[in-house]
Amino acid sequence: MALDDRKRAFKVVGTRVPRPDGIDKVTGRALYGADMSAPGMLHGAILRSPHAHARIRAIDTSRAEALPGVKAVVTSADFCRAKHSFNQDALDHCMAREKALYDGHAVAAVAATSKSAARAALELIAVEYEVLPHVTEIEDALKPDAPVVQEDRRARNAPEGTHPNVTHVVSFGHGDLEAGFARADRVIERSFRTAATHQGYIEPHACLASVTPDGRGELWCCTQGHYYVRELCADFLGMDTSQLRVTASEIGGGFGGKTTVTIEPVALALSRKAGRPVKLVMSRDEVFRASGPTVSSWSDIKIGMTRDGRITAAQAMLRYQGGAFPCGTVELGAMSAFAAYDLEAVRADGINVMTNRPRQAAYRAPGAPMAIYAVESTVDELCQELGLDPLEVRLKNAARKGTKSAYGPTFDDIGLVATLEAAKAHPHYAAPLCPNQGRGLSCGFWFNFGGNTCVTLNLDADGTVGVTEGNPDIGGSRASISMMAAEELGIPYDKVRTIVADTASLGFNDVTDGSRVTFAVGLATIEAARDMIRKMCARVAKIWDIDEEAVIWEDGCARPAGPNAGDFEPMSIAEIAAIANKTGGPIAGHHEVNADGAGVSFGVHLVDVEVDPETGHTKILRYTVFQDAGKAVHPDYVEGQMQGGAVQGIGWALNEEYIYGEDGRLQNPGFLDYRIPVASDLPKIDTVILEIPNPGHPYGVRGVGETSIVPPLAALSNAVARAIGARLHELPMSPPRILQALKG
Amino acid sequence: MQFAAPRSASEAAALLQAEPGDARVLAGGSDLLVQMKSGALRPDLLVDIKRIPGLDAITAEDGGFRLGAAVPGARLGEHAGVRALWPGVVEAVELIGSTQVQGRATVAGNLCNASPAADAVPALVAADAVARVFGPRGERDCPVSDIPVGPGRNSLAKGEFVASILLPARPKRAADAYLRFIPRTEMDIAVASAGVSLVLDEDGRCTRARIALGAVGPKVLLAEEAAHCLIGTKLEDAALAAMAEACSALASPIDDKRGTVAFRKQVVGVLAKRAAKIAQDRAGGTK
Amino acid sequence: MSRIHVRTTINGDAVEYLCEAGQSLLDVLRDDLGLTGTKEGCGTGDCGACSVLLDGRLVCSCLVLAAEADQRSVETVEGLADGDRLHPLQQKFLDHAALQCGICTPGFLVAARALLEKNPTPSETDVRYWLAGNLCRCTGYDKIVAAVMDAAAQMRKG
Repeated sequence: MALDDRKRAFKVVGTRVPRPDGIDKVTGRALYGADMSAPGMLHGAILRSPHAHARIRAIDTSRAEALPGVKAVVTSADFCRAKHSFNQDALDHCMAREKALYDGHAVAAVAATSKSAARAALELIAVEYEVLPHVTEIEDALKPDAPVVQEDRRARNAPEGTHPNVTHVVSFGHGDLEAGFARADRVIERSFRTAATHQGYIEPHACLASVTPDGRGELWCCTQGHYYVRELCADFLGMDTSQLRVTASEIGGGFGGKTTVTIEPVALALSRKAGRPVKLVMSRDEVFRASGPTVSSWSDIKIGMTRDGRITAAQAMLRYQGGAFPCGTVELGAMSAFAAYDLEAVRADGINVMTNRPRQAAYRAPGAPMAIYAVESTVDELCQELGLDPLEVRLKNAARKGTKSAYGPTFDDIGLVATLEAAKAHPHYAAPLCPNQGRGLSCGFWFNFGGNTCVTLNLDADGTVGVTEGNPDIGGSRASISMMAAEELGIPYDKVRTIVADTASLGFNDVTDGSRVTFAVGLATIEAARDMIRKMCARVAKIWDIDEEAVIWEDGCARPAGPNAGDFEPMSIAEIAAIANKTGGPIAGHHEVNADGAGVSFGVHLVDVEVDPETGHTKILRYTVFQDAGKAVHPDYVEGQMQGGAVQGIGWALNEEYIYGEDGRLQNPGFLDYRIPVASDLPKIDTVILEIPNPGHPYGVRGVGETSIVPPLAALSNAVARAIGARLHELPMSPPRILQALKG
Repeated sequence: MQFAAPRSASEAAALLQAEPGDARVLAGGSDLLVQMKSGALRPDLLVDIKRIPGLDAITAEDGGFRLGAAVPGARLGEHAGVRALWPGVVEAVELIGSTQVQGRATVAGNLCNASPAADAVPALVAADAVARVFGPRGERDCPVSDIPVGPGRNSLAKGEFVASILLPARPKRAADAYLRFIPRTEMDIAVASAGVSLVLDEDGRCTRARIALGAVGPKVLLAEEAAHCLIGTKLEDAALAAMAEACSALASPIDDKRGTVAFRKQVVGVLAKRAAKIAQDRAGGTK
Repeated sequence: MSRIHVRTTINGDAVEYLCEAGQSLLDVLRDDLGLTGTKEGCGTGDCGACSVLLDGRLVCSCLVLAAEADQRSVETVEGLADGDRLHPLQQKFLDHAALQCGICTPGFLVAARALLEKNPTPSETDVRYWLAGNLCRCTGYDKIVAAVMDAAAQMRKG
């Protein structure tokens, strides 16, 4: 669906209206995953492996079952085999089958009449483990004698002799690398490492499941995609999808981490076995040990540059680990690594390696931050070596309309140059710095996504409109969807109410991911509104007894198309609604689409830091985000995405990391030692929204949710490098590492 | 598990003494409840001491202040007298956890938990504070540095609990300061820390110094050699450098998820140096 | 196991409940009293989502035993609005779009209220340090800090 031809003067889109779920959320009334209860409800709890890698020889649940109050105990034996291996991996992650594959891997679960009884029952489950050698780091998992995490999962396209832990081998690029490097005045090769980080949503996974003996099920859960949860759970429990209704609760953050299942199939299995509703809520410790995190990476980058700053060739080798299962995130890393550059010769290779860690879940722009960190750090180092302005070098090499991207497609209208120009013109870029201070910048990129989407609009008898959509609202999407419906219908925002339907009430919708909702659901909403407008015009044509084509829609009213159409007073939407029962019955608009044309998004971040030379502590002094939103539907929430992503990236750059001990156990499964940024760590995060319309959306909207987490990693690293005169090639840049770098 | 909220110290001591299993004192609970949640502790009896009259009071005593064991950290910061007399102790206590934790966590609890990284403890040791221990056989006073004996272990006998802590009086031209290093700006456990208490003469020369280091040994370390480096000086750069070096030399930290040995040894000296300057400034020694 | 009888005041109302010795105030609020506005993000005092006032003092309800609340007063996010009139902080959080997912919002509101009652004229730095125990993963804190500053200004006007 293309950008509208006519230049539109937006009335609702672009304003800062109140969100419909706001009052519920400031009064404590909003219901999240753990906030729902049911009569007769049991409490579930999960037993988790204390071993990083162990064969499960036997599980004896009899003592737990005998404990008063315990109503059900389940293990992997209580689930079906999944339809295909990707689904089976998702199930095996929820409940270990033959082996416990990481510290925290679920091995059994109980449902009991109280939380304390459920916890007590866990201690009565006897699991006989055969502890196996484990591996948690990429380098170690690639060694010839490394333990094989899962047999028979080696990539089919892997060359002979590739380690069995390598599950994916990918390659992108074009042009003659050798010739390109030969043309460079300076070529550097660097290796980079990034730690695994967690999405860190404040709401632990939680759900309430109820399965009846006739095979019907109800599931209430916090998820980014309840249709996908339904598909997976129905598969694992051998249910028809139509018999399982999933309702998405309010969701307390996801960032990609709630795009799959973790505990939902377990709660359903417990409920089925116990014959009662079961609530299951993860503890924070469980969230860290057994949900998320993102991949860790070890990457080699080689870039050649001329004396005047033109990149002649660029090459990347990315190695990601995404836990104990095959993980395709490295493909997105290899695709995005050089997306910001217009390159004649480029190649990005990638492999994924299995380790004894939890199964990776998507995390905001999955795969991109670590790849682009490595590339943007290398470009910055070249700029330093050649004495070039890093912003000018980005501009000189920037991808633009017509650029054949490093991952294949040729870009249409994109906002990178405009974003870089905005950064260059901003006072931040020219502000003076003091000793021990440094300024860093980085570009960022995300593909964005469209996907399967289904929206219904219902016209109520009083002329107000209900929008039914199927994507959980993570950051204000009900507001922006209502705005687009109101805009298209020409009615006030407060005459529209958007709800998120359960899986039984609306056709399939893809997960809330890929920054797709404002784009794809917005697009479908606009089309559904146009469908409703056509129907309303047809009703009015019937009343006026003229051709349907002779009725147009303007400012919330049906009007004659021109003097030739006849002389009729405009009919408002309320008037049309009031007599709908006499003109053919209820009026609804509907649209279903597998949307493409999402339109890629670029951002540029500028950051100033000061490093304490005696302690290695980094203080962020100033931060500015520049990003292309296509069209900012609700600018507050666009800014919020830009700020939130930036701060997650700051945490990744400075402090956040999964730390495993020699024993393969996670050492910091809590917010005390998994250190996400707190309010006092940060300055104001300034934002500059650019609007370069996306040719693939009627209003020009692009997704904005993910790009913002990409640039902070390199921006911070480049700033620290310039502040201390030494470069770290590893994240997080913790104070001990910075102090070490300062010592040389 | 049983819960008791006795109304007198002797009743509390009797309950703690009589419990055959694991009996725990509940003051602020900000450490105890976390350990219970993780399963690390499963007490048979919790004795809430917050309803014992007097234990929630800060009282002036002989020119100093006695802090009841049930006084939450936030109350210290609100007490102008304590702030003025022992600003370093107050700033140490105010660094424990969040505002929310400040509303609960007590100085006595921070001491008795015996974490090597406890923020209040180096400041209390530098201040020469004295714990009043109440037990089945009555009261006894004990230097705070003798309460913790190792990570998570204290010297209290069965039935005993710390009822109050005395921050002593101090002469003119004296002050203290506390600094810790954490990766963020709040909410972390100290990676290294230093409490410094100084007394200056009329010329601004240091006549007495106590320096205590945290998170660089199994328990708080009293850095006597380092303190000696300051005696007779006006904290000139050379004296401070020698003091910092002595602190680093004394430190015997471990590598863990929060920091490395090398980092802790270096940074503890930096912190001691900076804290000494702040204490000197507070004591009027830089005017 | 015998349960403990507690008489307390919650948001101005007299409330009685029975609890286990080891049960947290947070669990009783959420599971037994239906006050689910107070959220559990960590259960270890590290995230602030369960912030409540206990005798007027800001605390994490996950670090308070339910038994300790006997004869005390508890205030939660549900008690912040005066009937249908939002507290200025609630209104400013809406005006400034200071929430995205909203799970941390109740804790922030309760904590910010405690701040403004103690210090009606906080600096931005004061706000950031006071709220350092309240984690938000969505907003980067920017709009939250702006909302608290604006609410403080409005409350000073009365």
